[in-house]
Amino acid sequence: MSYLKDKGIEVEYKEISNLNTLNLGPTHPATHGIFQNVLTMNGEIIEDSQQTIGYIHRAFEKIAERRPYNQITVLTDRMNYCSSPINNLGWHMTVEKLIGVDIPKRAQYLRVIIMELARISDHIICDSVIAVDTGALTGFTYLFQWRELIYEIYEELCGARLTTNLGRIGGLERDFTMTAWKKLDKFLKGFPAVLEEFENLVKRNRIFMDRTVKVGPISGERALEYGFTGPNLRAAGVDYDVRVALPYSSYEDFEFAIPVGENGDTYDRFMVRLEEMKESLRIIQQAKEGLPEGPFHADVPAFYLPPKEDVYNKMEALIYHFKIVMGETDVPSGTVYHSVEGGNGEVGFYLISDGGRSPYRLHLRRPCFIYYQAYPEMIKGSMLSDAILTLSSMNVIAGELDA
Amino acid sequence: MQEITQALHLFQKNKSNMVTYILIKFILVLFVFLLALTVAAYSTYGERKVSALMQDRIGPDRAGPYGLLQPLADGIKMFTKEELIPTNSSKYLFVLGPSIAMLTALMAGVVIPWAGPIEAFGQQLTFQVSDINIGILYIFSVVSIGVYGIMIGGWASNNKYSLLGALRASSQMISYEIAMGLAIVALVMKSGTLSLGEIVTQQQGDWINVVYQPLGFLIFLICAFAETNRAPFDLPECETELIGGYHTEYSSMKLGLFLFAEYINMFVSSAVISALYFGGYNLPFQAALGLEGPWLAVLQFGFFFLKIVFFIFLFMWVRWTIPRFRYDQLLHLGWKILLPLAILNIIITGLVMWANGSLA
Repeated sequence: MSYLKDKGIEVEYKEISNLNTLNLGPTHPATHGIFQNVLTMNGEIIEDSQQTIGYIHRAFEKIAERRPYNQITVLTDRMNYCSSPINNLGWHMTVEKLIGVDIPKRAQYLRVIIMELARISDHIICDSVIAVDTGALTGFTYLFQWRELIYEIYEELCGARLTTNLGRIGGLERDFTMTAWKKLDKFLKGFPAVLEEFENLVKRNRIFMDRTVKVGPISGERALEYGFTGPNLRAAGVDYDVRVALPYSSYEDFEFAIPVGENGDTYDRFMVRLEEMKESLRIIQQAKEGLPEGPFHADVPAFYLPPKEDVYNKMEALIYHFKIVMGETDVPSGTVYHSVEGGNGEVGFYLISDGGRSPYRLHLRRPCFIYYQAYPEMIKGSMLSDAILTLSSMNVIAGELDA
Repeated sequence: MQEITQALHLFQKNKSNMVTYILIKFILVLFVFLLALTVAAYSTYGERKVSALMQDRIGPDRAGPYGLLQPLADGIKMFTKEELIPTNSSKYLFVLGPSIAMLTALMAGVVIPWAGPIEAFGQQLTFQVSDINIGILYIFSVVSIGVYGIMIGGWASNNKYSLLGALRASSQMISYEIAMGLAIVALVMKSGTLSLGEIVTQQQGDWINVVYQPLGFLIFLICAFAETNRAPFDLPECETELIGGYHTEYSSMKLGLFLFAEYINMFVSSAVISALYFGGYNLPFQAALGLEGPWLAVLQFGFFFLKIVFFIFLFMWVRWTIPRFRYDQLLHLGWKILLPLAILNIIITGLVMWANGSLA
């Protein structure tokens, strides 16, 4: 063994490691955003990993302290940009909670429709990207066509597609137009069949199941310890859903099931999202059928922009318009926490206001930030391919992770 | 050797015979070469069209009518792109990699019989560049050299992703070549020859080999997917994990050669599958057709080509339908499932032959 030492020769030994370091990211097609994983690999098996975050940190929480309330909406857009309307409306609800406004039923129902559409588009991305990361590109194109239709509905509602800035404090900026309803009908009519097609293509595929079952598992307990929420927690078997636990925007009016997984692995996360899309379709259908008549925004002139006609003809309207646009809205002081069920989990807004035009402090609860902390634990000992699938199945979105 | 002795024999008999022989062989070589290149080029177009068809898209339609000039445009693009050789790469090997891949891919097409022999110019013409009596072994050896191209290319790039891709490629090739070879052993037992020309001739007026060797065919087909690095066995180039794997660092026509080699391999594999298991150039009810001479040869070639196109389509169909295996699952399938099955196939073949009394 130590021939030299036996001979009395002093030598310095150096540990030789057959571990290899692989830099996965920051720009790697599988990372779906910008974050770095430095993997210590033994062949293809990941022994250890280190994560770097903050590549697109834009200090939203700090910026929010200088902005009037209605201008913070655009910051929420850029968190989880796969389902930005949920973030937008979640923020509006938070402010509405703070100023104590009751939103008309119609606006609430319309918001539910929009948020469920956003959830579907978020899940479309996640599920089809899981399929892509296993190598099945075709399923991705099936679903993505329909995400396009959702974006067209957004376009009809607010003019934007990705960063929507949808809705206003107090309601929505406009009612659904005829075109929007038509597009929604088209989506509701066509999408279930496509979803089924996608399901048939992927769900029971032997290779797909081999690749995803028992890959990147996390137990329900461990997930709760980390603070998981949303589909990733439900996949681990915990039936927590903000829509049911703390109903907002009239979610208590609708009948829907909460899909729950068992093992918390990639396959369960995939399946939970797949089932949730169907439930979302059900909710949209119910909201559409039971849509009450009435105004689409509350009567909060201090926060809700008056119609242009009034601005030109009425003095009060002009004053409010000026104040809102210049960001001189006065908000009562107080502390509010409001959370909504985002596409990815509980999106929370912890808002402290000391009165005046902008928040004293705003904390954004971003589910991806929490998921990514569990990531090293989840991929330890698995193979490179599994690590990539785990990441895409948790749907970690860099914009939300870094905020 | 056989070729040379035959040629020498001809030369002694008649000088002009020799010239025609060389000329005809030369034309045949050129023809096979061009055919392989054209089919490979149009396979890229076909792949994009097939994937477009499956994914509800249009596919390339700008270059020429129905985008038919797309392969040409791609070729021009590849040739005119800037060539980058990474600073820390090993330069010679970096160039050698794609060259080997392309060369071996083209070499494999030599032993494929394209049509039945015809009488012309006072001698028998075979539409096979060389009917080596160990044709199958030749294909195997050439294809296994092909993996060196990928290994060398991946290693020379000095990139960890490329290296991982090259490692995956080599282990995959080694595992699947064994099962493939054993699948062929059963076929060789049945045919009693290693010559491709003879195997095809044997299927004339008889059932095609796939009827006798269904399991062997399946194993061979799966292994052919693995050998050509096509989905679901495209781990070496794995877009989502290895960003292209062994050809991550390649650009311009060197990348083109790698991609091209894959398509040529696909073409050759399809040709070999059709020749070994689907009767090659043989027409169904050939004797009843009553055709002879060049027309029959043309028809035979056309039919053979159709089979090849079908198998190329099958390759694409599978690629755009099913996901990719994981590395360990791939090896598991190769060693623990396909290999025992191939051995079982040999045993069954042997038993059936013994029962038939055809075991000499």
